[in-house]
Amino acid sequence: MFELIVRDRCTGCNRCVEACPTNVLEPGPDKVPVVARIEHCQTCFMCELYCASDAIYVGPDRDELHPVNEPEILASGLLGQFRRDSGWDEWADDPRYTCQIWRLGPYIQAGFKQTTERVEQRLAEQAREAAVARPENS
Amino acid sequence: MTEAIRAGASEQLEADVLVVGGGMAACWAAISAARAGARVVLVDKGYVGTSGVTATGGPGHWWVSPEGTARAQAIEKHWIAGCGLADRGWMERIIDTTWRTLPTLAPFYRFDVNDAGKTVYNALRGPEYLRGLRRAAVDAGVTILDHSPVLELLLHQDGTVAGAHGVRRQVHRTYTARAGAVILATGGCGFLGGLLGSHTNTGDGHLMALESGAELSGMEFSNAYSVSPRWNSTRTLIYAYARYYDADGKELDLHPRSGDLARALIAGPVYARLNDCPDGLRKSLPQIQPMTLLPFVRKGVDVYSEPFEVKLFAEGTIRGTGGLRVVGEHCETTIPGLFAAGDTATRELIAGAVSGGGSPNSAWALTSGLLSGQGAADLARSRGRRLGEKVRAQGSAGLRPRSVAKKIDRRSVLKVAQDEILPLDKNLFRSGPKLEDSLERLETAWREIRDHDHAEGADAVVARETAAVVATARLCYAAALARDESRGMHERTDAPERRPGPARRLLVGGLDDIWTRPEAHEGWKPSHV
Repeated sequence: MFELIVRDRCTGCNRCVEACPTNVLEPGPDKVPVVARIEHCQTCFMCELYCASDAIYVGPDRDELHPVNEPEILASGLLGQFRRDSGWDEWADDPRYTCQIWRLGPYIQAGFKQTTERVEQRLAEQAREAAVARPENS
Repeated sequence: MTEAIRAGASEQLEADVLVVGGGMAACWAAISAARAGARVVLVDKGYVGTSGVTATGGPGHWWVSPEGTARAQAIEKHWIAGCGLADRGWMERIIDTTWRTLPTLAPFYRFDVNDAGKTVYNALRGPEYLRGLRRAAVDAGVTILDHSPVLELLLHQDGTVAGAHGVRRQVHRTYTARAGAVILATGGCGFLGGLLGSHTNTGDGHLMALESGAELSGMEFSNAYSVSPRWNSTRTLIYAYARYYDADGKELDLHPRSGDLARALIAGPVYARLNDCPDGLRKSLPQIQPMTLLPFVRKGVDVYSEPFEVKLFAEGTIRGTGGLRVVGEHCETTIPGLFAAGDTATRELIAGAVSGGGSPNSAWALTSGLLSGQGAADLARSRGRRLGEKVRAQGSAGLRPRSVAKKIDRRSVLKVAQDEILPLDKNLFRSGPKLEDSLERLETAWREIRDHDHAEGADAVVARETAAVVATARLCYAAALARDESRGMHERTDAPERRPGPARRLLVGGLDDIWTRPEAHEGWKPSHV
């Protein structure tokens, strides 16, 4: 869930207020957004993606708040990671962050094939072991 | 906020075509109608770009070359998988439309280039796809109103759709939108079960259409689930490589894409380990699905070495298949002037009794968007906006209580519905008595909200969402009770076989008295088949 907005980084553009699909945020009195409806936060990280100044931190749980310590979050390197990995804004032409969604299909198919083969092999082995353990023709 | 809305003037909007919703189907519909020359207003509950399940996903699209017999083979394979309920003509149409259309998005979306140097058109990443569709819609002249949820439909005296009432929740104004045709693209219903990106997908379009007397189809195929860590729903690529364990650390041999994991979870907690994920995937995952790792990293879980507890998140009618019945080649519904696109519509036509989740559903969203946009633009042109005519507002539960208005506990109403529709044992392994029992509880929840809830302004959005979840859940189980056989994703422990004879689609509708009936054989057939 939405945990933190770093006031020193926030420019008051309120892009996050607009981009949040569930209307969790509102512009605050000094333009820094405030959390108005945390119960509607779906932990989709979209506010982080749309925050060009990397001022927002969303926690990992979808229905539990874990208040965080701002200096720790600033030092963690997590702020802006999603936006950078997504190759947005100033990262758009950095080849390290070029979108590779085309690999999803091949990897998912390979994964299901590998997992299916492993499961079937293990089940066959268990069936053989059970057959060996069973006293024959008793 | 309600005070502010009361004080502020209500906004009047006029358009040839009103698009309700803001995901991929809504955007394609709006683009298509605008390119056909219509004045288009698109109203979304959230923000066009982040709303809905595509925005947080990575939609692949059904992608088959027209060369040789590849398409015929793909269609036959999917038709058989659909247990006799899909339509070959519609499958052909969505494959062809998708193949011809996606490359045209190039000015607004940077398509991947694969290792062989070839441009890949069928795999898109959600946030960038929706950002691109938004730009394409604006470029086509569409007026987009974000954070402007529709609350109810308006009908003319003759029963045709006239527009909608809604609320612009960030500027504290209500609005009335009048249009010559309306496209519902509000998504499927995930029952607020926590599926990634689905918090906006509460079945709002289903409820509004039901209030106008619409027919739905395939609502019994509404029980898809997807695996994720217990604490948050994520995209699921990496779990294709998962090994699963019970609480004692014993490895469970679960077939992927089967009911095995659900059965194991009913028996007790299940843990996943992803140490079989190949190095190449680990390296490129942040650029395939940049969001997937965030809930792990931030939880302090080393995803590739530590076991973590998993949960199956309900996908409801999103990865399920049911929705508004489509009765024409431009995705017309049974309400004149009302069209349905994407997950709001039934996807039986392209998936039958199984999930169209993934690439067929994306191709459907694109194609049904384009077709409904064209159909709506044509209809609006031929009959005009009819602005001078009287209209009737259709909203019931949450807006116009049938009995004494009083404050109701919406959370507990929602919980009653969720306790019936979300649990694996009730929704995946169905039986007549279990469904009847659930329907009784759902009926109680429905009566509570229908009889007493009275909300205005932004508060009405939550009231209507709650009502929509309950109404949709009731339709799902009413259809599941009526289909006294097992077919596709609909499994009845008390009727485990498929009924012999030709497969029939099952129609369902009604708000208070829910009806079901098999679709007539002489029903509409696509004209090009």
